[in-house]
Amino acid sequence: MNSSAPFTPVIAGSAAAAAAPVTPRNLAHRGGPASPTADALRERFGAAVKRVDVVWGETTVVVDAGRVTEIVAWLHDDPAQQYDFLVDVTAVEFRDGEQPIEVVWHVRSLPYRRFLRLKVLIEKGQKLEVPSVWATYKSADWLERECYDMFGITFVGHPDLRRILMWEQYREGYPLRKDFPLRGRFSRSEQLRQALAANPEARYSMDELSIAQAFEDLPEEMRRRLSAGEKTGE
Amino acid sequence: MGLKEHPLAQLLQGNEPWMTTRLDFLVNWSRANSLWPMPFGTACCAIEFMAAAANKFDLARFGMERMSFSPRQADVLICAGRVPFKLAPVLRRIWQQMMQPKWAISMGACASTGGMFDNYAVVQGIDTIIPVDVYVPGCPPRPEGLIYGIMMLQKKVMRERASDTSLRQEMEPDPKSQLYIPPTAIDELSEPFGNSVHQTRSGL
Repeated sequence: MNSSAPFTPVIAGSAAAAAAPVTPRNLAHRGGPASPTADALRERFGAAVKRVDVVWGETTVVVDAGRVTEIVAWLHDDPAQQYDFLVDVTAVEFRDGEQPIEVVWHVRSLPYRRFLRLKVLIEKGQKLEVPSVWATYKSADWLERECYDMFGITFVGHPDLRRILMWEQYREGYPLRKDFPLRGRFSRSEQLRQALAANPEARYSMDELSIAQAFEDLPEEMRRRLSAGEKTGE
Repeated sequence: MGLKEHPLAQLLQGNEPWMTTRLDFLVNWSRANSLWPMPFGTACCAIEFMAAAANKFDLARFGMERMSFSPRQADVLICAGRVPFKLAPVLRRIWQQMMQPKWAISMGACASTGGMFDNYAVVQGIDTIIPVDVYVPGCPPRPEGLIYGIMMLQKKVMRERASDTSLRQEMEPDPKSQLYIPPTAIDELSEPFGNSVHQTRSGL
């Protein structure tokens, strides 16, 4: 655009002749052009890409659980993809007992302005295990911990997989699973007893403290307890 | 020594003004009008609490202008917002760190009863963790509501008597004590009414 061109105000309705902008109103619920990444993935990984859906203009790629690490690393590193931002890791369980549990990764390519949703289906009855993408995205650390905390999905290869939202001694299960009663499994008094038994000052692990380099500043008694291998909160 | 020569009588004959009063009235009056709050704000009630502290409603009129973010220098704990189970030991610890005399205000529906959060993560009323003096209803309560609660607390403080030491006794629930309610009875008492989400805790 010529920088010396005079400023033209946009008048409502004046763009009627132009192509309709791609807004959610103009998008088909299903179908439409898939992201070019989907084709590239098919070409590169073949049968590991099980299905490609386009929902509201966003591309969802269902992939083989065993090759997630490889696919994610390729999406991150390939110069034609450059998915450099892991937006979210989550899971979906359906009320329908037959439907598999889905583990979902949302990745975004900032250079190419693309969004991709990767899914892995875990059939009912199978072990809830998927590979961790921590080696590629360090931000997966807490996201995978949250997913583990809420759904009980084990991310193989995660460096420190433990609860993050609920306290670490939480024994009632995984709150976002469909078989989890809304009020929890234990009685209110038992829940409160267990919560109050936690020591609010002993919640840091040695690892977290060494990262913060605050260990030396702790009181002597706390350092002694942590050095003796006391786990957090117990 | 005649009555006129008594040191006290001599003291009273000067020009200094003087008055007599009951000691616990004087103590209560000073306590009630300099309540330093420990704000424990966890949710939207804390926004209303901030509004109550700001210039329009001005808690300073009630001697509460000093928010004490250190529990050791606070008189009244104002719990504004829902308390998850993960925060329960923290709230208990803060309460234990506060010096006697101390009071607690439970602000809003969630702090008082758990409110709409009848779920696995939220404490069903902070009175299951700490003793509460005043409950302020509302979701969230308006600043006027909180100020009304504070004035109720001031009235309560004014009614205290130094001779009654039971007010300041702290008790931990002990299975051998009279205060102890067995878990089964608490379950029965805490069974919600008028709640459409009826679920058993045993599972499906």
